[in-house]
Amino acid sequence: MVQHVAWVITLIAMGAVALSFLWVAARAGEFAEYPGIVERAYRLRKVLFVVLLVVSGGVSVLTLGELPYATASYGTPHEGTFRPAQVVEAVGSRWQWELSPGQIVAGRPVQFRVTSTDVTHGFGIYDDAMHLLAQTQAMPGYTNVLTYTFQRPGTYHLLCLEYCGVAHHGMMGEFTVTSH
Amino acid sequence: MIIQSNLVPTRGARQAVAAYLVVFGAVLLLMMVLGLLMRLNQGGLVTLPAEFFYQSMTVHGTGMVGVAGVGGAAVLWYFLGRHVRLTTWVFVLNLLTFVVGAGMIMAADFIGGFAAAWTFLFPLPAKAGGQWEPWAAAVHLGGLLLIGTGFLLFHLDTVRAILGRYGSLTRALGWPSLFGSDPEPPPPTVVASTMVAIANTLGLVFGASVLVISLVNLMVPQFAIDAMVAKNMIYFFGHVFINATIYMAVIAVYELLPEYTGRPWKPNRPFLAAWTMSTILVLAAYPHHLLMDFGMPRWLLILGQILSYVSGLPILVVTAFGALMIVYRSGLRWDLPAGLLFIGVFGWAAGVIPAIIDATIIVNSVMHNTLWVPGHFHSYLLLGQVGMLLGFASWLGRAAGARMPSRFGIAAFWIFVAGGIGLTQSFLYSGHASVPRRFAEYLPEWIGQARIGALSAALVILGTTMLMARLVAGSGPAGGAR
Ligand code: HEM
Ligand SMILES: [Cu+2]
Ligand SMILES: [Cu+2]
Repeated sequence: MVQHVAWVITLIAMGAVALSFLWVAARAGEFAEYPGIVERAYRLRKVLFVVLLVVSGGVSVLTLGELPYATASYGTPHEGTFRPAQVVEAVGSRWQWELSPGQIVAGRPVQFRVTSTDVTHGFGIYDDAMHLLAQTQAMPGYTNVLTYTFQRPGTYHLLCLEYCGVAHHGMMGEFTVTSH
Repeated sequence: MIIQSNLVPTRGARQAVAAYLVVFGAVLLLMMVLGLLMRLNQGGLVTLPAEFFYQSMTVHGTGMVGVAGVGGAAVLWYFLGRHVRLTTWVFVLNLLTFVVGAGMIMAADFIGGFAAAWTFLFPLPAKAGGQWEPWAAAVHLGGLLLIGTGFLLFHLDTVRAILGRYGSLTRALGWPSLFGSDPEPPPPTVVASTMVAIANTLGLVFGASVLVISLVNLMVPQFAIDAMVAKNMIYFFGHVFINATIYMAVIAVYELLPEYTGRPWKPNRPFLAAWTMSTILVLAAYPHHLLMDFGMPRWLLILGQILSYVSGLPILVVTAFGALMIVYRSGLRWDLPAGLLFIGVFGWAAGVIPAIIDATIIVNSVMHNTLWVPGHFHSYLLLGQVGMLLGFASWLGRAAGARMPSRFGIAAFWIFVAGGIGLTQSFLYSGHASVPRRFAEYLPEWIGQARIGALSAALVILGTTMLMARLVAGSGPAGGAR
């Protein structure tokens, strides 16, 4: 979902840039006095600057509210009561992932405590259709806490998202999320 | 006001620039072929051993960044030499250290098997897991250190020369005009060169430090650095260096578009403000590479998002917009150099968009280390930076180029552009479809996109070869005889 929105916005914005360049390129051969162009262009630039500033400021306000960075203790209001998160230790080492405990229940937040025993890996959670859902780095000496709530029971995959050596692409894992 | 160019390059200086461009062209093509091989392997069209794939990835990433620096340095030196007195031997020394360093890196990677990517993330170089010997890691890192030292000397020489004429770096950045009322700001080339010297010197110092630490760690494993500290240093260096290559290349746009259009590129207040801001922002935006390191201070990551957004603005609003303004209804007659410079600015401006989107933390959560990332940086490096450099080279060699039929040049241009767009879009599409970057082997559902990428890569190589052949053939004895 996020990926799709990002992609569509990118295509539209890149397309707009491409059209501006094409439009100007097509009119490069005509001639007009420069001072007149500069005057109008500077006005347009001011508008563009303000618009970009407002848009990027607005997007920041909207997107910086819910960050993936979990706090150490975590609870979520659920049917009126606070249910503690499920805690899963996730350890990467060349070339496998180890999750303990291995059982995860849908609908309740999971706190993955992610680390590595050798080099840096990337802990990437994929659904069964191979869409990336969330990630954090798995770095020796650090425990990164990633909180994620699986909406649906099913099979999920782990891919390594940081280059770690010759079998990096083969460092895949799998786990199941059950309904209760 | 016309900024006059008062210094004329010596014969030696011109030969040195030509030597830079020859090295640039040769290494660029070689690295492109490695890129094609990687995409072919990902598309299942050839089968390479995984070792070789990751060696190629390491050489391609490191070599391309280095050669972008070499090309950028040639542009900077050529045009800055019109304004200040530079030292030719320092410039030549930088090329020599690059060639030797690149040779060391290729030997370490293809013979020694070293394959820790351009990022050489601690502690991977020392933990080869049997994939390479310690000597290979040492030679690779040593080669990088040598290249970095050459660039450091290069920038220090530009600083020396700039200080000789302008007295202080703040004056060279145009602060007396930006904050005061000095009516004669330094020309854009001097402003840009100063910014690059400041940023890259800092970046290279951090890069050299982490390289030395990694080298010592190879020999004395007890001497370890915190993995997160090392990663910060590596990305600070990498981020600054690669951005600096673009800021160097864009000097060609500032110098040549005015020549083509007869309109000046004025270093007015917004221009100077943009470059001063960029000097700070390019240093401060690097945490966008560490958004998925949850152990980083949170405020730094939030700042990383905000500053990355802001750092895109000067590019779009000043340079891209300025290029459009100067070209619009200027009576310009398009030729190959002008077209390449223009497409270079386009590639830069267009590539900034997916880059900024990826700097949004919640987007980075599902895009980081997917092919989205090569998608945006190949846009501003391949179409952008390399586009500008090919434009500069074509402009320098315009006499030679004119000896080839213009249809050949036009075809080369569009093949390069079409291939470049195809390659970047195939990466971006794959990235949005969650395909990880740096995977030697693909799941079946990812292969189609890799094949489109491979086809596009072949077009890029064809177009680039034609663009270079045009210059080489024209300046050879056959061309000269006419
Ligand atoms: C024909 C042109 C090119 C092709 C076919 C090509 C292809 C590739 C491929 C397939 C990858 C690996 C993608 C992955 O992560 O799976 C890659 C990575 C990369 N490319 Fe290119 N590339 C080209 C041009 C360039 C240029 C011009 C530059 C810079 C000036 C560049 C810089 C890089 C860098 C820095 C990486 C990252 C390496 C890493 O992940 O460690 N490439 N390229
Ligand atoms: Cu890995
Ligand atoms: Cu960066």
